[in-house]
Amino acid sequence: MKNIYDNEMKLEFLSKSSNEAFARITVAAFASQLDPTIEELADIKTAVSEAVTNAIIHGYEDMEGIVRIMARIFANTIEVEVSDTGKGIENIDLARKPLYTTKANLERSGMGFTIMESFMDEVQIESVLGLGTKVKMKKMIKKIPLNEDAEELAR
Amino acid sequence: MEVEYEKEQKTLKIEITEEIDHHYADKLRRKIDNEITRYMPRKTIFDFARVSFMDSAGIGMIIGRYKMMKLIGGELEIKNANESVDKILEMSGIKKIVKLVG
Repeated sequence: MKNIYDNEMKLEFLSKSSNEAFARITVAAFASQLDPTIEELADIKTAVSEAVTNAIIHGYEDMEGIVRIMARIFANTIEVEVSDTGKGIENIDLARKPLYTTKANLERSGMGFTIMESFMDEVQIESVLGLGTKVKMKKMIKKIPLNEDAEELAR
Repeated sequence: MEVEYEKEQKTLKIEITEEIDHHYADKLRRKIDNEITRYMPRKTIFDFARVSFMDSAGIGMIIGRYKMMKLIGGELEIKNANESVDKILEMSGIKKIVKLVG
C-alpha cells in the first residue's frame, strides 16, 4: 500500500518533563525538510512543547506514561499528533479558553491551547475521560518566492 | 542562570541562560525566588539575551515573579527578548504589566 504522505515519523517517550526539549527539537528537525523560516520553526517548537507539557502534567499528572508523537509531511504542510493515554479532558471547550487552568497552584498560565491555536493553522482536540487525549495540529509552510535575481543566481 | 546585584541601585540582574519550558521553569522559579528574598531588591531585571526558547511555562514564571516584586514594593523589567520570546510576551499580555527594554 502506498503511503499518501510524503514523509512520516513516530516518536514515543516516557512522560518525563526532561523529554519536553527532546520532543520539540526532534519534531523541529523533522519539519526542517520543508525549509521553514526561523519563525515558522519556532512556532512549531512552541506548539509541540505546549502539547507535550499538557500530556505530561494534565494527562498523566504524577504517574508515568508514554507520550506518542506522529508527524507527517504532505506537500508543504506538517501535521503533528501528540497523544497520551492519561486521564482525558473533561471539558474541551473550557480547556481551550485563554487563561483557563486547573493547575494555577503550579503557576500554569492557561495559555497552552491558545498558543497552539495561534502558532499553528489548525488544532483539533480529541479526548475521552479515562482513556486519553490526542491533539492534532497542522501548519502550512509558506514558500518564499525567489525574486528574479535570486533565481538567476540559483541556476 | 547568572546573578548580579547592584547594591546602590538595589537592582537585581538575572541573566537566564537556558530554554524556559515546564521542565526548567520549576527550577528557575525556585532559584530566582531565593535571590529575590535574599536581596529584597527595588528592581529585578531579567536578561533574556541567551534565552533561545520560551513557551507558556515562561509566562507563568514571569507573572509569578512580577507579583512577588509588587508584593515587596519593587518592579520587574525584561530585556533583550528575541523575536520568538517577544511573540509569547505579546500574546500573554505580559507587555502590558512588565516593562520591556532592548
